[in-house]
Amino acid sequence: MVFVFLLSAFVGLGVIRRVSRLLYTPLMSLTNAISAIAVVGAILVAGPDYPIEIRVLGLIALFASVTNIVSGFLITDRMLKMFKKD
Amino acid sequence: MSPSFVELFYLVATALFVFSLHWMNDPKTARRGVMAGASAMAIGMAATWFQPFVQNHGWMVLAVLAGIAVGWPLSRVSLTAAPQRTALSHAFGGLAAGLVGTAKYFAWLGDGPEALTTFRMIAIIAEVILGFITFTGSLFAAGKLQELNWVPQRPVTYFGQNIFNGLLLLAAIGMGSMLVNDPTSEIAPLLFGGVVVIALLFGILLIIPIGGADMPTVIAILNSYAGLAAVAMGFVLENKLLITAGALDGASGLILSIIMCRAMNRSYMNVLFGAFGSVAPPQEGGEQGEYRADTVESASQIMEQANHVVIIPGYGMAVAQAQHKVRELYDQLMKRGIDVKFAIHPVAGRMPGHMNVLLAEADIPYTSLLEMDEINGEMPQCDVALVVGANDVVNPAARSDESSPIYGMPIIDADKARTIFAIKRSKNPGFAGIDNGLYFDEKTWMLFGDAKVVIGNLVKELTGESGL
Repeated sequence: MVFVFLLSAFVGLGVIRRVSRLLYTPLMSLTNAISAIAVVGAILVAGPDYPIEIRVLGLIALFASVTNIVSGFLITDRMLKMFKKD
Repeated sequence: MSPSFVELFYLVATALFVFSLHWMNDPKTARRGVMAGASAMAIGMAATWFQPFVQNHGWMVLAVLAGIAVGWPLSRVSLTAAPQRTALSHAFGGLAAGLVGTAKYFAWLGDGPEALTTFRMIAIIAEVILGFITFTGSLFAAGKLQELNWVPQRPVTYFGQNIFNGLLLLAAIGMGSMLVNDPTSEIAPLLFGGVVVIALLFGILLIIPIGGADMPTVIAILNSYAGLAAVAMGFVLENKLLITAGALDGASGLILSIIMCRAMNRSYMNVLFGAFGSVAPPQEGGEQGEYRADTVESASQIMEQANHVVIIPGYGMAVAQAQHKVRELYDQLMKRGIDVKFAIHPVAGRMPGHMNVLLAEADIPYTSLLEMDEINGEMPQCDVALVVGANDVVNPAARSDESSPIYGMPIIDADKARTIFAIKRSKNPGFAGIDNGLYFDEKTWMLFGDAKVVIGNLVKELTGESGL
């Protein structure tokens, strides 16, 4: 797993380095949305047959992640629509 | 869905996330990147959800709907508020990570010590600390950016601050390692609560000494923390998609914060522990000479005579919401055959790329937005440099005055232009409290007032004269 982490960190560094400087704000809101992949963890805690307290924590996490997914992707697209060449 | 299928879908999602970021290298393909990212997220979510052990669907759907209900309005905020929104979503990300870590710890605690292996415990502690620091830190950063009353705007510093923070962190690490050693002892839940409280407190203490000028760097750092918290969550849950996507996010935050630090000639540690505002020695403005104020009438006449105008926007443009007026000025000058360019400093504004987004919102083509390094060579040929609410990023003290706190920071060479107009709200020094020699330069004329009003008047002068 550490191997997977290192590999994707290197891929990430390579890809991000080439991102246009114009787009740093949308890049940030996009990676924000991507880090809301925590939604997967939230489902894995909220879904199974755990005691109710634990599932409630999962549900709050699910709510917080979905908020980021929705607002992150939508605002990124809204910003990118504005970048025009002429 | 069988486990191998889930893995396959995770693989597809990871690949799409990489493409999503790859397409951000050009504004032409960037929107495709958003589509790829959103699809990857949908695939990852669905593959996780449709596993047999996931029940509890009703409540989960409700949580998703609540998330949509809150997320939708957050995506419609004005772009001037983009830094706050970003900070707020880092807070949500941190909260999610912290809660999942907490939930997982108590779930495994019920299963007994076999479940809480050393590896899992280290990952959980890392996830919880990173998650909750990001949560309160980002909340406070958002509060500062939104200028809420209960959040101190000026950097808060006190004697022994770094020592105190260091001890606090040591205490958290100490309690964390006790937990790793014996995750099921009687006091373990108490220790766990202690770690959570310290992380929450530490997030606040980390942000209050930081000034507005450092916000771009801090937001980038919090961005990478949110990513790393997701990675730690991936280690806890042994979930590869969390690790890969979190690592991509962490890498992005890391690169952005390094770029921001470099643009201010400061180290990572110095931004977090340096308390920018407090090191600036108080200076007497009067010693350096007098401001020379000018009227918009003569300013517009001089601009009309120019061939080459460079506009340098800063946070003041965002505060005054002046970007649309700037666009009108740009149109008026372009119509006269004057070459107009924008010079964007990497740390102008309150988050990376803040100025670019605001100018794009005002329909200014991105081909007119130039980086500091691209424009500085042209500055001596520039007839008029118009500084709109920027301060430290054009302060020549960064080049010449070794005693200045911003010495060594790369700046836009506005002082090399033939004439400089600087629009400024008041005669007070900028956020860092440093006087700006540019304003006392003999080629500089000050236009005092709200940026939106001043530029509006400039546009009025220009349209009036051309008889439009």
